[in-house]
Amino acid sequence: MASGAVAGVLALTLSACGADATETTPAATGGSDNTETAAASGAIAGAGASSQEKAMGGWIATATSALPDLTVTYEAVGSGGGREQFLGGGVQFAGTDAALKPEEKEAAVERCYGGEAVQLPLYISPIAVVYNLPSVDAANLNMSAETIAKIFNGDITKWNDDAIAAENEGVDLPDLDIIPVNRSDESGTTENFTEYLVDVAGDAWPHEASGDWPRSGTQSGNGTSGVIDTVTQTEGAITYADASRAGSLGTAALKVGEEYVPFSAEAAAAVVDASPRAEDASATNIVVELDRATTASGAYPMVLISYSVACSVYETEADANNVKAFLTYVASEAGQAVAAEADVAGSAPISAALRSEVQAAIDSISVAG
Amino acid sequence: MNLLAARWFEFVATGAGIIILVILAAVAAFLIWEATPALTADISELQKISWFNADSFLAFVAPLIFGTLLASLLALLVAVPLAVSIALFISHYAPRKFAGPLGYVIDLLAAIPSVVYGLWGALWLAPVIDPVFRWLTSFLGFIPLFADYQPPAKNIMTASLVLAVMILPIITAVSREVFLQTPRLHEEAALALGATRWELVRMAVFPFGRSGVISAAMLGLGRALGETMAVLMILSPGTLFSFFLLKPGQHQTIAANIASKFPEASGVSVSVLIATGLALFVITLLVNMAARWIVSRRSDFSGAN
Repeated sequence: MASGAVAGVLALTLSACGADATETTPAATGGSDNTETAAASGAIAGAGASSQEKAMGGWIATATSALPDLTVTYEAVGSGGGREQFLGGGVQFAGTDAALKPEEKEAAVERCYGGEAVQLPLYISPIAVVYNLPSVDAANLNMSAETIAKIFNGDITKWNDDAIAAENEGVDLPDLDIIPVNRSDESGTTENFTEYLVDVAGDAWPHEASGDWPRSGTQSGNGTSGVIDTVTQTEGAITYADASRAGSLGTAALKVGEEYVPFSAEAAAAVVDASPRAEDASATNIVVELDRATTASGAYPMVLISYSVACSVYETEADANNVKAFLTYVASEAGQAVAAEADVAGSAPISAALRSEVQAAIDSISVAG
Repeated sequence: MNLLAARWFEFVATGAGIIILVILAAVAAFLIWEATPALTADISELQKISWFNADSFLAFVAPLIFGTLLASLLALLVAVPLAVSIALFISHYAPRKFAGPLGYVIDLLAAIPSVVYGLWGALWLAPVIDPVFRWLTSFLGFIPLFADYQPPAKNIMTASLVLAVMILPIITAVSREVFLQTPRLHEEAALALGATRWELVRMAVFPFGRSGVISAAMLGLGRALGETMAVLMILSPGTLFSFFLLKPGQHQTIAANIASKFPEASGVSVSVLIATGLALFVITLLVNMAARWIVSRRSDFSGAN
């Protein structure tokens, strides 16, 4: 009894020391980045996707302890606006849900003093299909992409439809109207959700992938909180949203191969690792061509990737060092864990394999001349 | 000394008058300048914008104008009779002890930020009004206006009801002041002829106050036309010319559309949004001019002569 208590106290002390150690000397753990981290001072600005705004807020707030002399700002002007500002030289880095287009990559050469754009998948966010069915006890309803497509296209209108029942044997489904709810604003979430349906649902989804919802006459909400509020209020409603915002609402397990996978951070990171790189990808241009039709076991294919875009070459040493230091922190285990916290962004931390690739790309950032 | 004060005051008053004109001109110039790229751009350029799903700018903005006008007129339809009744109650029916505090409470409604009205409408009113809409659609659903209600109540009817509450204070306050101006002699003459209170109101107060009530309604309409947050938070938008008041995804207003699309807009899409803002500016101008015209036409009814 007594020894148990002592051991407990000891463990507490040790863990407290551990926490202290990682908090106060993050530069030391970075090894080769030691010098850059120490040199990071001044200010850098970023702009872009609102999807990673919350994560970015978390990174900026916590980076101050590791990089006390560095001030980072991020303006959520949207992916397109962020890329535009970055290429115009207005900001040092950008956040974007869509990788740079070919003509933008050409423009980046000039902006980056002969270098190129470095694209890093640093924000991976699982998207969940969220429904409000208090009478259903099952942890997750199983749904194939066809079923989801038909629900959101208005072809399946009742919760006890045969198509849903067939995938959920033993679940008592209510005789209730399905009310699909979509985002009313242009959104990377909608874009990824419709991309998933286009890639996986086949003919069941007759629309194209787009950041704007393709159907009219539907219930919708402005922003993630808008759709979540609407679904929370309405029994029988279903929507798609950032998985971390599902709260106490039910979420669907997606059909991947022959199994059904509920969303989790690991499953979301798994699909990124299982996906091939884009054709023009390189060691510094880490663009993932998400394989949403993957059959890899345990992968959750409905995810949003938001990239951090930086230059491989900066004009001043300060900019290069600052961007390197900040992105190193964002990519680090600690940084990814901050964004993964439910009250920050609830994102999925990138895998160790991806991290070492990303870190190599960050390390290659240099100064012109 | 007195002369100097008078000159000085004249200068300040004239300056204030000129400043407001300059501000108006500056807003108009800004809107026109920023909207020009969208208005002159080739249509294929506009159609690259993901949410631009029309064949011309006019075809894009038309349903938005329709939605804006529909929401505002519905709100006016609800708010004006209610506001006039409240104003009459305060000016002619309520005991004086009661009238003062009631007036304050109504004025207080005007001080609530519209985002709070939006929250109230989306989180409180929508669930509360749900059974009413269910009843409407099941018993009066044969009338297209009330057909095909789908919960939750995120339709133009709910939005208009919240707008009505928002414009209620301004219409009430102005109407109340106008009704209180009714010449005492007119009222006493009516009473001397044996008129009841209702006849007094109909014969003396209404004819005198009509132009004032119209002005009040136009002020309210102005606010309803430009209201953004409440509509944005309540309405499931759509861009159709539809009179289904209870169906979701049918209507959208210009202001809410700008607020919804602006965060992710860049380049020519910003111009398109500002061009829709220009359209709203023009509509508001037309509405106000129409109101002026109505008021001036009705001026012969005013009891002042």
